[in-house]
Amino acid sequence: MAMAKAKKKERMTRVMRRDEEKGKDGEPEVIIGLEVHVQLTNLKTKLFCSCSTDYRGAEPNTHVCPICMGEPGTLPVVNEGAIEDAIMVALALGSSISRRTLFSRKNYFYPDMPKNFQISQYDKAGGVPFATGGSVSIGGGKKVRIRRIQIEEDPGRLVYEGTIDSSPYILVDYNRAGLPLIEIVTEPDMESPKEARMFLQNLRSILEHLGVFDESLQGAMRCDANISIKGGKRVEIKNISSFKDVERALSFEITRQKGLLSRGLRVGMETRHWDDLRRITVSLRVKEEEQDYRYFPEPDLVPITISEGLIAKVKACMPILPSERKRLFIDKYGIPPQTAEVLVGSKALADFFEECIKLKADPLPLANWLTGDLKALLNEMEIEIWESKVTPAHMAELVSLVKDGILSGKMAKEVLKEVVATGRMPRKIVEEKGLRAIASMESLKEIVERVFSENPEAVKDALRQEKAVHFLIGQVMKATKGSADPLMANEAVRRRLQEIASSVSA
Amino acid sequence: MDSFHSYYPLPSRLSVSDLCDAIRRGSIKAEDYMASTLDRIRRVEEKVHAFITIVEESTLLERAREIDRRVRDGKGFLGALAGIPIAVKDLICTKGLRTTCGSRILEGYIPTYNATVIERLEEQGAIILGKTNMDEFAMGSSTEFSYFGPTRNPWDLSRVPGGSSGGSAAAVAALEAPMALGSDTGGSIRCPASFCSVVGLKPTYGLVSRFGLIAYANSLEQIGPMTRTVEDCALLFSHMVGRDPLDSTSVEPPKTVFFSKKDDAMDLVGLKVGIPKEFFGEGIQESVAKTVRKALEKLESLGAQCEETTIPSIQYALPAYYIIAMSEASSNLARYDGLRYGLRVPDRGYGWNTIFAENRRLGFGPEVKRRIILGTYALSAGYFDKYYLKAQKIRTILRMEFQRAFKRFDVLAGPSMPILPFKIGEKVGNPLEMYMCDVDTVPANLTGLPALSLPCGFRNGLPVGIQFMAQAFQEGLIFRVAYALEKSLDLREEPRL
Repeated sequence: MAMAKAKKKERMTRVMRRDEEKGKDGEPEVIIGLEVHVQLTNLKTKLFCSCSTDYRGAEPNTHVCPICMGEPGTLPVVNEGAIEDAIMVALALGSSISRRTLFSRKNYFYPDMPKNFQISQYDKAGGVPFATGGSVSIGGGKKVRIRRIQIEEDPGRLVYEGTIDSSPYILVDYNRAGLPLIEIVTEPDMESPKEARMFLQNLRSILEHLGVFDESLQGAMRCDANISIKGGKRVEIKNISSFKDVERALSFEITRQKGLLSRGLRVGMETRHWDDLRRITVSLRVKEEEQDYRYFPEPDLVPITISEGLIAKVKACMPILPSERKRLFIDKYGIPPQTAEVLVGSKALADFFEECIKLKADPLPLANWLTGDLKALLNEMEIEIWESKVTPAHMAELVSLVKDGILSGKMAKEVLKEVVATGRMPRKIVEEKGLRAIASMESLKEIVERVFSENPEAVKDALRQEKAVHFLIGQVMKATKGSADPLMANEAVRRRLQEIASSVSA
Repeated sequence: MDSFHSYYPLPSRLSVSDLCDAIRRGSIKAEDYMASTLDRIRRVEEKVHAFITIVEESTLLERAREIDRRVRDGKGFLGALAGIPIAVKDLICTKGLRTTCGSRILEGYIPTYNATVIERLEEQGAIILGKTNMDEFAMGSSTEFSYFGPTRNPWDLSRVPGGSSGGSAAAVAALEAPMALGSDTGGSIRCPASFCSVVGLKPTYGLVSRFGLIAYANSLEQIGPMTRTVEDCALLFSHMVGRDPLDSTSVEPPKTVFFSKKDDAMDLVGLKVGIPKEFFGEGIQESVAKTVRKALEKLESLGAQCEETTIPSIQYALPAYYIIAMSEASSNLARYDGLRYGLRVPDRGYGWNTIFAENRRLGFGPEVKRRIILGTYALSAGYFDKYYLKAQKIRTILRMEFQRAFKRFDVLAGPSMPILPFKIGEKVGNPLEMYMCDVDTVPANLTGLPALSLPCGFRNGLPVGIQFMAQAFQEGLIFRVAYALEKSLDLREEPRL
């Protein structure tokens, strides 16, 4: 009963949010669905052979064998780790797992596929997807529904000279061919590029928490986006390899398509390629019908029974998920829900936070630093936290320098910039620059005395009107060159004024 | 070499089991046997054309000498097939030895790995003699659709040896090899076994690893033994089976698949043999029917009870088979694009799709193209349910009908082929007529059941084969029945070459 109520409430929030984004006639302006391909980076071998998955940086075509090269006569054998990973993902997204799963062949010619078919899963033509249903919440009470989850093999990597439309040849590297992927297909529930990014970010965090995916590996999460704008047909954008690019690519498409529509041109069904160098989409193929992949069940693999026992086994080893972790941050450390949400939006950030806590950092200011200034700085530099020079030791020290009154907030911001840029410890920076907050009331008193003696008129006014008080505080802060805590300066000025007032009345 | 022959009269006629014993005892040297085999090949191969590739003579003799050294020194492992040459159908991958599939597109393809079955047999000391001719990608029933030209039937050189494992059958029949490997997708072992008067087994699906078998239709095919006697067939087979971690569809063989001569083999008393009337249906040549019926009478004289029965869905087996086989083939053969291996035409600066198309246009023969196109069509959106799915349903029904039949009968029997070996070129222009030849063999592939073709006589000097089918994993029973009939028929003819 309670659950039903909660569900109804959730639906209502969603409907309300949708209303805000709807056009004049109630239809959403933009509808976005995603197909996300995630490499199961925790697996050491490929999906159907025993080649190493550690292909990054390797010489092209060295992580290959007759099986993943699709040589005549070879057969695939399923990596059982992929099944367990997929069960874990399905459980985490609340999807229902098919008790009997099988693989299908997706047939099409392309140079990146050694067999010219991809072993995948499918929900039609005698096939069964690995799991269906489930959702990922993207904040503000909105959820993006999952249509299906399936296991499939990664194709090889095509390397162009320059851009796809001008390259005189294609180079193919099959090191990636046969890597284990899961494909997560959403319902078209997103209504803005930002929502798409939020979805990917939260999905990424879930997969990170499950330990099946390492976000630090280049190209380990890629997606194709389907976007339709009111008045146009569905356009698919392929080759998006980061979630920052998803927002860019979709924004580009919205602008492009709206431009077409506003000039009275039509937006037909089309597949486009995201060129991440030029940050534009280019047309791959225009067609009115869906490509016919001629799916049929893969005869070389036997159907796999997913037993309750296996699901229970996987369930028992499930690591903590972002949603649970958020609750923990709120309950244990008193972090406000919105801040906690940002923290768990990236496993690296949430881990970072907990590492700082281990170093005795004060949770609340720490959380604010991480989700505020630090995040802003990293965004500006377009790097992730693990790519930066900042460590938990840096942040713990910075927070404690502020807490001990050695640094004012303003000074700490400057120090943080320095930390991010150089990786030096905050205390070192403070010492070298001779930075020191006017931390004690004693030292502040001297400055207050000086300011008061330099501004006798203002002191007189201040005894009567608030405006002059602020002037004096400002002067004190100016005299300390910002190294005083504004609150402390405020208190010192008022205390001195009170002393004067009481001595006068006495 | 000739003097050797004069005092060693045709050792190539020895059965594999006798030969094994002789080599192990040292009474026949593996090297001598290899030399006589090579001599025989030199004499008849030009007429028969059973091989696409024959291994270097020096390599073969050296391998044989190595076996002899082990026999002499009593050191090192001597496998059960030590020193026995084996001819291998040219779609089973042999490391470092060209494997063409009878196709131009793989004309220069040298596999980088061995098929599991090759590993197993080499471990037992068998020596790969060469790679035998076949219909391109195993698509055919006559071995005429080989890029390397047709193989001829050793019993009548103007006729086809059957197919697609025609090279293997002809090599065994012409005494060019004591044993051979074939593959059977819709009768490709049993058809040429029948046409060339050799023993050929299509094993229960899953018993022999398909790893390294270049796929035509994965869900239907098995590698199988082709020999001159039932005993040899059982012996070779026993070293081929076994679960292979590289083939998910492979299974561990139960004891029932094995055969031992000692199992009071002649006694078939109480054996219930079903004769599905569909096997004697429309299109069967009277001479074939007569010969097979005579063999069945012989079986009865050994104590078996033969009774006519019916498996109605056999009438749908042929179309179901062709739809499934062609569908799977259209996908399996997609990989031959020239990019990674095989025929590569000069690129001429075209886009990849043009290059793929050119390689395939020039690399595949007409029958392969026909089946790829038909299979692609059957899998296409809108036709999938109508063709592929329906064919799979027929498959299920057929399986149930056979199950029902095996509640009453121990084995089912009938002709392997409805017709006698036909003339080269006779059916090339009529694919449908060619497809019809497979009517009696495809049910075993659709159901996964074991089936063996045993020579059962001659008509006008042309061989006729009888087919036995049994429940899954009942190869042992099939061998027992075939062994008894073989002994009782006592066919000792040899092709005059």
